[in-house]
Amino acid sequence: MADLSINFAGIQSPNPFWLASAPPTNTGDQIMRAFDAGWGGAVWKTLGDPIVDTSSRFGSIDVGNSRMVGFNNIELITDRPLEVNLREIREVKRKYPKHVVIASLMVESKEDWRDIIKRCIDAGADGLELNFGCPHGMCERGMGSAVGQEPEVLKVVAGWAVEYSTVPVLVKLTPNVGDIRVPGVAAVQAGAHGLSLINTIKSIVGVDLDKMVPYPVVGNRSTNGGYCGPAVKPIALHMVSSLGRDPRVNVPISGIGGIATWRDAAEFIAMGCTSVQVCTAVMHYGFRIVEDMIDGLSNFLDEKGMKSVNELRGKALGAYSEWGDLDLHYKVAAQIDPEKCIGCDLCYVACRDTSVFCIHTAGEELIAGHRAPTRDKAIAKATATGVHVPWVDWDECTGCNLCSLVCPVPGCITMVDDTRGKPFESWNDRIDKGTNKVPGGLRG
Amino acid sequence: MNPVTSALPAQRLESHIADSKPNYIPGDAVAEANRCLYCHDAPCVTACPTGIDIPTFIRKIGTGNLTGSARTILSANLLGYSCARVCPVEALCVGACVYNAWHRNPPIQIGRLQRFAVESVFANGSAATLLSKAAPNGKKVVCVGAGPASLACAGYLALEGCSVTLLEKRAIAGGLNVTGVAPYKMDATGALAELAYIQSLGVTIQTGVEVGKDVTPEQLLKDHDAVFVGVGLGGDSKLGIPGEAGPGVFGGVEWVEKMKLESGYALEGVRRAVVIGGGNTAIDVVRELAKLGVPDVALLYRRTEADMPGYRHELELARKEGVRLVERAVPASFVRTGDKLAAVALADGREVACDLCVVAIGQGKLGALVSSFPGVATSDKGLALGEPMTGTTGNPKVWVGGDVTGGELVVTAAQDGKRAARSIAAALGIKARENAPYLAGHR
Ligand SMILES: Cc1cc2nc3c(=O)[nH]c(=O)nc-3n(C[C@H](O)[C@H](O)[C@H](O)COP(=O)(O)OP(=O)(O)OC[C@H]3O[C@@H](n4cnc5c(N)ncnc54)[C@H](O)[C@@H]3O)c2cc1C
Ligand SMILES: Cc1cc2nc3c(=O)[nH]c(=O)nc-3n(C[C@H](O)[C@H](O)[C@H](O)COP(=O)(O)O)c2cc1C
Ligand code: SF4
Ligand code: SF4
Ligand code: SF4
Repeated sequence: MADLSINFAGIQSPNPFWLASAPPTNTGDQIMRAFDAGWGGAVWKTLGDPIVDTSSRFGSIDVGNSRMVGFNNIELITDRPLEVNLREIREVKRKYPKHVVIASLMVESKEDWRDIIKRCIDAGADGLELNFGCPHGMCERGMGSAVGQEPEVLKVVAGWAVEYSTVPVLVKLTPNVGDIRVPGVAAVQAGAHGLSLINTIKSIVGVDLDKMVPYPVVGNRSTNGGYCGPAVKPIALHMVSSLGRDPRVNVPISGIGGIATWRDAAEFIAMGCTSVQVCTAVMHYGFRIVEDMIDGLSNFLDEKGMKSVNELRGKALGAYSEWGDLDLHYKVAAQIDPEKCIGCDLCYVACRDTSVFCIHTAGEELIAGHRAPTRDKAIAKATATGVHVPWVDWDECTGCNLCSLVCPVPGCITMVDDTRGKPFESWNDRIDKGTNKVPGGLRG
Repeated sequence: MNPVTSALPAQRLESHIADSKPNYIPGDAVAEANRCLYCHDAPCVTACPTGIDIPTFIRKIGTGNLTGSARTILSANLLGYSCARVCPVEALCVGACVYNAWHRNPPIQIGRLQRFAVESVFANGSAATLLSKAAPNGKKVVCVGAGPASLACAGYLALEGCSVTLLEKRAIAGGLNVTGVAPYKMDATGALAELAYIQSLGVTIQTGVEVGKDVTPEQLLKDHDAVFVGVGLGGDSKLGIPGEAGPGVFGGVEWVEKMKLESGYALEGVRRAVVIGGGNTAIDVVRELAKLGVPDVALLYRRTEADMPGYRHELELARKEGVRLVERAVPASFVRTGDKLAAVALADGREVACDLCVVAIGQGKLGALVSSFPGVATSDKGLALGEPMTGTTGNPKVWVGGDVTGGELVVTAAQDGKRAARSIAAALGIKARENAPYLAGHR
């Protein structure tokens, strides 16, 4: 079984799976149960001056029959007194010395930062996470994303924390910026020992059309909140990758945003993360999901012959390049398996209305000289069973993927290599050769 | 009180039979709707005799647009409500759903979704104004019989501005939807809800008027611009064996009507019931008897199971409910002890004991009534001869459709009614509005 333990800026963790600072990490009791379930670490629900929360405070979007594909909250930081939280941090660390407890912090003045940092470290926190990311409520008070969006302010506040702390300091970044590398690099320059991202994305999750009030409804009003859950994963993955491949970022990254399975986690690690954090998936299904995250990741590493999760880190980062460096001669074509096809014709209508109309039904003709490898089988099945099996004209197919994405039957449409030996040539190669110029070019 | 729909007695035996597919609650309807793939050129649409745009109406349920969903259904099939409940969907739309070719998930419950959408507009009172209505055009149309075929024809023509009257010989309108359909699919109150909807489109229904007796075909032709004949089939066919006309023996349609509509009718003392026949009425009756708690219900069929014309899936359900099938059973006579039915004696010497026997071997044809309309021809079997796509006959003022022409489903009767409405409107020179409901669905 592969070794899942990690070292995050000096913090040892039994595995890369941490709970993100959020409702699941509200109390010591919860965190101890989470550790029993298998979580390697937990970032405590952000500490600071206790706040008052509204009711209700969550909202979500469902897509088809999938619940909570995206999740929205207008919750603030902890509503419990600091002393209580500190006492519980001490208890958790005493009972679970090998597990990671990171104190998430958000206060205002320099003195407050000094005071809270000292007390958290005294309580036994293994590290600190500066919450510069909360995009609702707290930012109106000059904290959270109000700090994360101003690189100069971020540098100053992170600098204080680095100065006062004797344990590693992580800066949690807000995605509500134009270029994530600006606050990321500012944090590194301020001396941060690690970065965690993303916090939630500023959002309005929907509108109650009867009350004419956005969700979540608080009396007869609402406010913008923070968006997270499966829907934000691609955004988080891009931001993590941008920092992962930036040479100025020489500190470990804790990846957050839409992670729900070992596969999601493996993707974040492959794009450069050392640990991952989870919030929404635990809110949806409970702490127990970590069992499969551990089991699945370790089986995956075994299958790939990797002895440690550290071997996975950054593996896919090198393949993340600029568009101009992609091979313009690489070509795939869609192949429909007539055996599997159920004849819904979603691929047909998608290709017709969005792409190049290269998917045809049994009755349609093939242009002379064109290739359509599955046409005969498609016609045979359509004739025999009445199932509307379509086929693809390979000389028209642009290999866009759309049909394979809309097809409801797994494995029915595959994208098959149809490069046919053409050599590599990128857009930038063409620019260099002067064969394909546009004013300004892509390489500036 | 609506005189047409308030005629139902309170004590009806059918009310002891539960709805086998109760209406969805909203969340469940949306969940089922979300499973629909929204197929292009969907095979379910092809399989629906009326051609309802199924993926469209289902998607509208998914988006919460129930008004639009019900409009999609009712424009292509004015009887979309009863059809949703009584169509043999396994043999129609559901049987064609692409999920059948995908051995992973059950096909979409199209009928139940259709019921959900239509029932929601019936319930919120928006049904009457759902489909656009043309201004009155002064044309007078009469529909003979007030069953599904006539109701569809009448409703569509009323929407185009015609003044339409339905003449029904019974005290209660609705045809077999009220008197015949199995209550676990739809009871008479469901059928009357639909009848009220058709009335709300502006048609006039007169009950207790028998054409041929109370009014002559000639008179109807004289008073109207067009006549639609949708009189269905006649009474139950008879075995013609000794003892058939005595206590304890009923015809299939006769018994179902008693069970559904006769005030206070009960199955007192019936421990063993026998149903003779192999079609869908016979299977309906055995299921009804089993559901009503008769301990021993036997279906007697003259050939073997493989030869039975009734739906296989219905027979399977009957078996699950405890019904036994007696094959190669050719009835020879009825045996009575005194006045009381005791058994059916079979030609091969067997006897099947019973307290009640229902003979469901088909219905007679109303050829004589049909041919009393000058110029309207009938087949040698007594079925009305109409041009299938229009219902036109040898008389330019007479159209026919539904069971009287040999159709055998509510949904085919509804499609016949719609086709006749199109043809009548064209014949009367009524210009088809761009969004005329009757243009929806199959040609
Ligand atoms: C027991 C039974 C169960 C059935 N179950 C189903 C089912 O589950 N699903 C399904 O799709 N189909 C079912 N059917 C078939 C379906 O009911 C018919 O196909 C459909 O009702 C035909 O409609 P129609 O309008 O042509 O005729 P009908 O429904 O028979 O209506 C004809 C009407 O005309 C009236 N009439 C007759 N003569 C005259 C006259 N001289 N003057 C005035 N009025 C007259 C009759 O009283 C009747 O009301 C069933 C049939 C039976 C017998
Ligand atoms: C209800 C709720 C409360 C949160 N509170 C905090 C918080 O106090 N501090 C913080 O740093 N992040 C907070 N977050 C953000 C999460 O830690 C995490 O960054 C974000 O939800 C993305 O991860 P996910 O997609 O796994 O949920 C909160 C998120 C939610 C849903
Ligand atoms: S989307 Fe898939 S299942 Fe549907 S017709 Fe196309 S290939 Fe067949
Ligand atoms: S009318 Fe009947 S066949 Fe047509 S879609 Fe509705 S339930 Fe299916
Ligand atoms: S065939 Fe089935 S999945 Fe496709 S549109 Fe019809 S009901 Fe929906």
